[in-house]
Amino acid sequence: MNANTKLTDPKKESLPGVPNINFMGMRHIAVWASIILSIASLVSLGVKGLNFAIDFTGGTVVEVKYNNPADVNQIRLNLEADGFKSPMVQQFGSTHDVLIRLAPQEGVSGSNLKNRVMGILNKDPSNVAELNRIEFVGPQVGDDLVTDSGLALLYASIGILIYVALRFEYRFALGAILATLHDVVMILGFFSVLQLEFDLSVLAAVLTIMGYSLNDTIVVFDRIRENFRKLRRGEVVEVMNISINETLSRTLMTSFLTLLSVIAMALFGGQVIHNFALALIVGIVVGTYSSIYVASALALKLGVSRMDLMPPEKEGALDNRP
Amino acid sequence: MRNRYPVWKNLLILTVLAFGIIYSLPNFYGEDPSVQLSPSRNAKIDQSVLLQIEKLLADNGVKAKASELNDKRILVRFHDTDTQIKAEELLKSNMGNNYSVALNLAPATPGWLRAIGAKPMYLGLDLRGGVHFMLQVDMDAAVTQAQDRYAEDIRTNLREAKVRYLSVERDKASIIVKFQDAQTLAQGREVIKKEVRGLVLNVLENEQAIVATISEQEIREVRKFAVAQNITILRNRVNELGVAEPVIQQQGEDRIVVQLPGVQDTARAKEILGATATLEFRLVDSEHVIGPDGKAPLGTRIYNDRAGRPLLLQRKIIVTGDQVVDASSGLDQQSGSPAVFITLNGTGAKKMADTTKESIGKAMAVVFIENKSETKEIAGQKVTTKRKVEEVINVATIRDRFSKRFQITGLDSTEEARNLALLLRAGALAAPMDIVEERTVGPSLGKENIAQGERSFLIGFALVAIVVLVYYKVFGIIANLTLVFNMALIMAILSSFQATLTLPGIAGFTLTVGMAVDANVLIYERIKEELRNGNSPQAAIYAGFDRAFATIFDSHITNLLAAIMLFGIGSGPVKGFAVTLTIGIITSLFTAVTCTRMMVNWIYGEKRGVKLWI
Repeated sequence: MNANTKLTDPKKESLPGVPNINFMGMRHIAVWASIILSIASLVSLGVKGLNFAIDFTGGTVVEVKYNNPADVNQIRLNLEADGFKSPMVQQFGSTHDVLIRLAPQEGVSGSNLKNRVMGILNKDPSNVAELNRIEFVGPQVGDDLVTDSGLALLYASIGILIYVALRFEYRFALGAILATLHDVVMILGFFSVLQLEFDLSVLAAVLTIMGYSLNDTIVVFDRIRENFRKLRRGEVVEVMNISINETLSRTLMTSFLTLLSVIAMALFGGQVIHNFALALIVGIVVGTYSSIYVASALALKLGVSRMDLMPPEKEGALDNRP
Repeated sequence: MRNRYPVWKNLLILTVLAFGIIYSLPNFYGEDPSVQLSPSRNAKIDQSVLLQIEKLLADNGVKAKASELNDKRILVRFHDTDTQIKAEELLKSNMGNNYSVALNLAPATPGWLRAIGAKPMYLGLDLRGGVHFMLQVDMDAAVTQAQDRYAEDIRTNLREAKVRYLSVERDKASIIVKFQDAQTLAQGREVIKKEVRGLVLNVLENEQAIVATISEQEIREVRKFAVAQNITILRNRVNELGVAEPVIQQQGEDRIVVQLPGVQDTARAKEILGATATLEFRLVDSEHVIGPDGKAPLGTRIYNDRAGRPLLLQRKIIVTGDQVVDASSGLDQQSGSPAVFITLNGTGAKKMADTTKESIGKAMAVVFIENKSETKEIAGQKVTTKRKVEEVINVATIRDRFSKRFQITGLDSTEEARNLALLLRAGALAAPMDIVEERTVGPSLGKENIAQGERSFLIGFALVAIVVLVYYKVFGIIANLTLVFNMALIMAILSSFQATLTLPGIAGFTLTVGMAVDANVLIYERIKEELRNGNSPQAAIYAGFDRAFATIFDSHITNLLAAIMLFGIGSGPVKGFAVTLTIGIITSLFTAVTCTRMMVNWIYGEKRGVKLWI
């Protein structure tokens, strides 16, 4: 098929739309950049840690709407006076909306707490607070969630590893999984450095990005495999470069379109899914970069050669249909 | 080039699309404020009740939009929420004793859609407002209770077999039975082994004692039973609460999730969930009659049965509900009629044996006692009153002397048997529960969430559609149509399965737009490439679809892998996201590949010398 795509195809240069960027030539810079950023992320995770939401730590979140602008400091003092240890009180959206976070306390549960907190919040009769949302999570539930989340990330990684290894070759699988983990570390690092709240939905975003970034990587790998079989000559690096260039317009187009919808989510989706959308934005940007640079560079480093991708007869049969 | 689908393939695709469009329609019709009436335990629900309600509403000048009778409930729709609330108060005060009356938002799906089973999506709590509880069942307490029951059983059996023992005591994880000498120990061991199942017995030779430990399997059973039983009880109580469409589910090994849409008053919800109900077995007094002044003779009490008929029972209680270990429904082996099989604990069994020995031929009644709390608004003040409801749920004739295990027959139907067994079991919680998670979402926040979710989705969709259109021209139109079909299909599937739509679920829709269009991008870029390589338009189309498919398939599988992992974590909102994403990934594989191809075939297939607008 497609016999026109040759390494020395003179038409290629003159064709608009197919870029000819020496990605693999820049791979050393990219790899170093990734290593430095990953280390920075890991250091931040180690030192600052993540700002876990009550989903993970347990505790109470109360979201209220006042009919007049609220005095956040006064509310904090009132809560402390009533025995709540270091309550977090902040405004969001407008001066009327107040979000309160309380650490888990022994022997205090749901509705008692609700009445107590609402009593304190409504101390000033001229400014009435309407309850929008209250969430109470026991510390035990949070602990379980941390375990479950860790397992989910682990299983997802193993699943991906097995699938890519079956479909391609173990070195590609390692490259893909390392690139994916690279993205995960970046998102976590982003949330750690800025101390953004890390809740269950952000974790969902992280898992989604694992699938998404891998998707990008697979498209590139697919093309690398195809070109290995088609372009008989050519160095591994060259074949990879051609493959990345050929898929570049697709990679950028898809990432751009997904970014569009996710940015709309971040801007208009409201406070509850704001961080979720933010995690997706970071993930898509990093994921696009990592599937262009990191995955292939890693596979190359691990010593992928033409021979590794030639053999399987049944796949050849599938691809060579007229 | 064969850029043409066979007729059957086109038909198949069109059928699927028609399904998607029709079954997603109910989501666009909105909701009617309505009041729903479902019978409490014993009340009947039929056409006459419906007429009664209609008359009641009409007499009081409350105008209903429509009313309907299902097999389990009556639903009256109204034009606005004011009438709805007026009607609710009216129905509650007039019929509240026998029916649970609840406010509901009934989907305003037209009749022809309802006839084919089309429903709108089920909205999660974060979108409709309500309370979410997660309760943790105290398993240690359940096991301790089981040990106490076993200890009691051992005592009774040893007594009945006339084996002398020194003591039967529970010690942390096991029960220690002490005997005087080796002979009684051996006898005792035989008795326990024969009569009490589910125990592992170890003999401590030098202490003349048996250490009985509940077997692993039995402990698993006890745990499983405790959760199942608590769920049953919670379900009963939530029905009392009058909540439309509550969700009560087991989560993990020892947790129960209760979701009450529309409920704001968490205090009241907790009051009801924590309510108590008990049972009493009493003999029917057939020697006396109720006096002309309606007073009960000495030693008796007047009760009402389910139909409201008065019944004279002895004051003396034979057995109470906490002595019922188990109750199950089934069929009587001899007569084949519905029966309830009851197991009592040791103490209960002894009392029952003593009573029934002397009362063969007499009737015994089961009295159900429930402490209900009701909050009513009187003169602007909320007043909570506790009400004790006592009623005779069953009367049966004693045929024989019985003790530990016996059965009640003479029930009308298997359903009644099932209900009775459930009530007998539901007397008390099998194990105490703690609320470990509680989330309340106000109704205004729910509405706001829907609005924000919809807006962000529409904006995201519009942006993507514009870019795709500008970039791919005619093929862009096709891709956009495909996207719309894809959304309709996701909606239709979510609606058909009644999967829960949450705010992250809406985000899942938005994200799916980006991911679904990826398949189109892959195909189109491939076609462009083939064109650049000098292939004819028809060949380019053919090769574009053909070659992109393997890649599309691979990339969908990886996305699917991650989406499925999402099911593993958390509950509620995030699961909603996982559901939409998973369905979206699967449907987009179908729409992007086949629908796009079908439309491309229609426009460009089999034509020579066309120019592709791509």
